[in-house]
Amino acid sequence: MPGSTTRFRVTAASDSSLLVEFGSEISQDAHEQVLSLFQVLLSEREARIRNLHPAYASLLIDFDPLQITHEDLGSHVQKFIDLGPPSAEGPGRSIEIPVCYDAEFGPDLPSVAEHNRISIEEVIRLHTSVTYHVYFLGFSPGFAYLGGLPPQLRTPRLATPRSRVAAGSVGIAGEQTGVYPLESPGGWRLIGRTPSRMFDASANSPSLLQPGNSVRFSAIDRSSFDKSLPRL
Amino acid sequence: MTISVLDPGFATTVQDLGRYGCAHLGISPSGAADSLAFRTANLMVGNHENAPALEMTLSGVRLKFGESAVISIAGAECSFEIDGNPVSRRQAVQIGSGAVLKCGRMSNGVRTYLAVQGGFDVPLVLGSASTNMVARFGGVQGRMLRKGDQLQIGTLPVRKARVLDVENMPRSGITGETTFRVTRGVQQEWFAADALLTFFSQPFKVTEQCGRTGIRLVGERIAALNTSQLLTDGIPLGAIQVPPEGQPIILFVDQQTTGGYPKIANVIAADMHLVGQLRPQDVVRFREVSISEAVHLLREQENWLKRFSRE
Repeated sequence: MPGSTTRFRVTAASDSSLLVEFGSEISQDAHEQVLSLFQVLLSEREARIRNLHPAYASLLIDFDPLQITHEDLGSHVQKFIDLGPPSAEGPGRSIEIPVCYDAEFGPDLPSVAEHNRISIEEVIRLHTSVTYHVYFLGFSPGFAYLGGLPPQLRTPRLATPRSRVAAGSVGIAGEQTGVYPLESPGGWRLIGRTPSRMFDASANSPSLLQPGNSVRFSAIDRSSFDKSLPRL
Repeated sequence: MTISVLDPGFATTVQDLGRYGCAHLGISPSGAADSLAFRTANLMVGNHENAPALEMTLSGVRLKFGESAVISIAGAECSFEIDGNPVSRRQAVQIGSGAVLKCGRMSNGVRTYLAVQGGFDVPLVLGSASTNMVARFGGVQGRMLRKGDQLQIGTLPVRKARVLDVENMPRSGITGETTFRVTRGVQQEWFAADALLTFFSQPFKVTEQCGRTGIRLVGERIAALNTSQLLTDGIPLGAIQVPPEGQPIILFVDQQTTGGYPKIANVIAADMHLVGQLRPQDVVRFREVSISEAVHLLREQENWLKRFSRE
C-alpha cells in the first residue's frame, strides 16, 4: 500500500517531544504504522533523537530541541511515512514463554475461572491457546503490553493491588495479559509464573520481549519450573 | 586508593545526565534530578558535564578521602566542610589525602551534587552511570550509597576548573512558592475552560509523594471533560497528568515511559531542574508559554552554561 493514504497527526507533546498519532483506537493497522515508523527511526540512530516511546496507536519522539526544531523533525517523520512501510518486512520474532500455572503461583486462578464461569483447567487451556502480540513496553522496564487475550478470560483487576508481586508473575487485567519482569506492587490477577528472565539490564538485549514480537505461553509443571530457574 | 562512605546521607545515588535510547524497553532516563546543578558541579571541577557525580537528597554525605582530589558542590544550599572547616561553593576545592568531607542538610531545595575531578568510577549500564531505582541497576549496584561503601575516582579527561558565574546564574533555589512554566499538554482539550482556569490560577501544594518518579500535587480538583479512557501513550519528561480524582502529578526522571491519564500540560525543559528541588509542602503555580518561547528559554540557559564553561 502506498503510504500517501496513511492518516496521522503530529503534535508537539512538549518543548522536547513530538507525538505521532495514527488514530485513537487499538487496531492492527494503526499499530503496524507505529511499528514501522519506530523501526525506521530506531535503525537510523539519529543522534538528535533521544528516546522513542511506541504505544498502541502512537509514537512519542523525544529529541533535543536545540539540535532540531519540531517542524524539521515533523518533516523528517512525514518523509518516512510517505515512503510507506519497508516492503521486506517479515513477521516479528516469535517467543515462547513457559509458565507454571500452579496454585501457589496463580492465587487468582479461582477468581478468573469464577468470573468467567469456566474451570481453572479451561483458564489455562485458553491462556496457552493463542498467539499474543507485543504492542509496546512500558509501566516498568521489560513490561510488555500484550494484545490477543481470549475474551473468555477477561477479568477486572483486583480492587486492592498487592504490595508485592514476584518477578515472573503472569497476570490478567481487563482484556490484557502480561508478565511482571521485576518484583513490584501490582493489581493484576495472578494466574501463574514463568522461570524465564524477562529483564536483565546487564544483557546485550536487556528485555526478552520487544515491540512487534509474537508470544505464546506454554504450560510447564512445578519440577520443570524449579529446574529452569536461572541460577543466582 | 578510594573514598570511604562514613555517612551516606538520607538518599545518595550516583547519577549522570541520563540513560537515553531505551524508552521503548520501558526504561526511563533516570539521571540527575537537577541537571543544571549537576552540570554546574562537573564544570566547576573541569569535568565533562556528563561525568558521574553524587546526587545527595535532603541530607549530605560524610566521606573520607584516601587520596587527594579536587571536588565541588552545586544545587540546594547545605553546609560544606573539610575537616570541620567551611569551604567555598563558588569554586572547586582541593581535598587532601585522609581528609573528611561533610555536607549538611539541604535548604532552599532538596538536592545537592558532589562532583570529583575525573568523575566517580562506576560501571556503565546501557551506556549510563545513572542509578535506576525502579529496576535497581546502574550507579553503585543499583542502590543508594551505604555506610562502608568504597567509591573509586575515575580517570575521565579533565580540563581547567571553573569559577562559578554566580551573577548571571539561572534561577536555582526553591523557596516557598515557585511558578513553573509549562507548554500545552497533548490532551489539554480533555479539560473544560473552567478546569484549565483552575489549573493556571490556583496554587498547588506538593504532597508527601514527591520523588524521582513523580511529584503528586494537591489543590482544587481539576475534572477532565472526557471520562472515557485514554489510549495509553508515551509520556514526555515533565508531563503533568491528571488522574480521575483530579489532582495533578508531574512525571519525573524515573517515571513510567507510557501511561493512560490525560496530560494537561508539560513543564518546560528550562524549568525541569527546579522540579528536582521540590519538597512536600512547597507551593507551585503554573504559567503557560508557547513551544518557541520554551525553546528560547532553554537556549538562554544553555548559553549561560557555555559561557561559564569557556571562561
